[in-house]
Amino acid sequence: MKLFSTIGAYLLMLKGMFTKPENFKMYWKELMHQSVEIGMGSLWIVTIISLFMGAVSAVQTAYQLTSPMLPKETIAQVVRDTVILEFAPTLVCIVLAGVVGSKIAGELGNMRVSEQIDALEIMGINTKSYLIGPKIIAALITIPLLVVLAMVLGIYGGRLAGSLGGILSGETYDRGLLINFFPKNVWFALVKAYTFAFIISSVSSFFGYNVKGGSLEIGRASTTAVITSCILILFADYILAFFIL
Amino acid sequence: MIEIKNVCKSFGDKEILNDISAVMETGMTNLIIGTSGSGKTVLQKCMVGLFEVDKGDIIFDGKNLTNMAQEDRKELRQQIGMLFQGSALFDSMTVEQNVKFPLDMFTKWNHQKKIERVNDVLARVELKDTNKKYPSEISGGMKKRVGIARAIVLRPKYLFCDEPNSGLDPQTSMVIDKLIHEITKEYNITTVINTHDMNSVMEIGENILYLYNGKKEWEGSSKDIIFNKNKKLNEFIFASEFLRDAKDMRMLEEKGIVDNDRNMEKIMREGGANLLMNDDDKSE
Repeated sequence: MKLFSTIGAYLLMLKGMFTKPENFKMYWKELMHQSVEIGMGSLWIVTIISLFMGAVSAVQTAYQLTSPMLPKETIAQVVRDTVILEFAPTLVCIVLAGVVGSKIAGELGNMRVSEQIDALEIMGINTKSYLIGPKIIAALITIPLLVVLAMVLGIYGGRLAGSLGGILSGETYDRGLLINFFPKNVWFALVKAYTFAFIISSVSSFFGYNVKGGSLEIGRASTTAVITSCILILFADYILAFFIL
Repeated sequence: MIEIKNVCKSFGDKEILNDISAVMETGMTNLIIGTSGSGKTVLQKCMVGLFEVDKGDIIFDGKNLTNMAQEDRKELRQQIGMLFQGSALFDSMTVEQNVKFPLDMFTKWNHQKKIERVNDVLARVELKDTNKKYPSEISGGMKKRVGIARAIVLRPKYLFCDEPNSGLDPQTSMVIDKLIHEITKEYNITTVINTHDMNSVMEIGENILYLYNGKKEWEGSSKDIIFNKNKKLNEFIFASEFLRDAKDMRMLEEKGIVDNDRNMEKIMREGGANLLMNDDDKSE
């Protein structure tokens, strides 16, 4: 029963966002602020994770490809496809659920507990559209960009690890990247990125916005937001793979 | 003027407000007092529309908040300023940005005009050289002043203050009370204050509503409080022996038996309570 009422409250929150902005300029300012917070704030962690993700993927693929019958280019193909299909969108978004999700839930939770949300409501501002709307749109803009960056860096990380570790040369790796490349995979990864971005931002906003109590509850809301986002990301990952691939 | 008519509010099975009716007068400091859990915060939140009432009406100068369309409610809210218990300043903004925020959101003024208004209200609450400071860099009393400045920057018709003195020392509390009282008179606004503070009750309570267990128990002014015979109110207001003595003194003052220092020797000798008793007996 509680699950249904939570889903209902979540849907009502999303519905409540769709109103005419009180002042478009202020909403735009907030959107830019959130884009910087979410995008630039996560840039370093995404860069580091992506490079190592590609590197480890290259080393482990090489370790498993023991047959001399398989060409070295296969390593590049495996790294490319795993990075594009799974690692960049899913793994990066799970990390972002932790980084961005906890930040959003904590920020909104603190605003709720310290009555800042009430203060905005009393001013006549629709807090759902002013506080949550820009966060969701900013996530939908920046997270897919971060995922694209993760794809590029992941593949480059694999090339770097392959050439530095003497597994395969850069030229062989580049050749392998072009074999059996399906652009649909990139499109599929972007669909996943948009879906996960929406999940991370909206779920975290929901738990942060509805915090009741004090600082302890803010911490709990952040944890719940991250856990719920991760579970929903994995669930959505399976559903999308099942229906699109 | 704000009229509260037969307001009821429950959370689940728990009844918080039971048939409350009152009038909050314009140009006056209207106080809602009561023990913790008596429903004063809930009543104030119902009045500003943060909670929906189960029954009854809340009427702002003839406009009924309870059956108002969302757009009209938004418009009305722009005429409401509120000072929160914890000030509710936006942490990521400076004092100036906090006060300017309602102007940015609801006016099309140029930057210069906004800054002029911000400086004007900051000067009114006697805050100087704090424009570029963040809320974390200023004291509790200063935060309250910034909260008041933000609440009045759009020149509201109604000002709500939720426990404006909580967490402040008695001297700063008096300054904040005085400020709210002066602003109420100066801008002729309807001010509603939730408070526990007995100094506030006695100093600025022009129209006082006492709630007990979600019901209206008593209504009157600070002068009426001195002579009130309501047992529950007296137990609440004059909880300590010190306050009971202060009440006796104030009664003597009001009745003209004592004028501050005059007759002190007699009072010390005979006791204020005896003098009052004799005086009451005489009048009867």
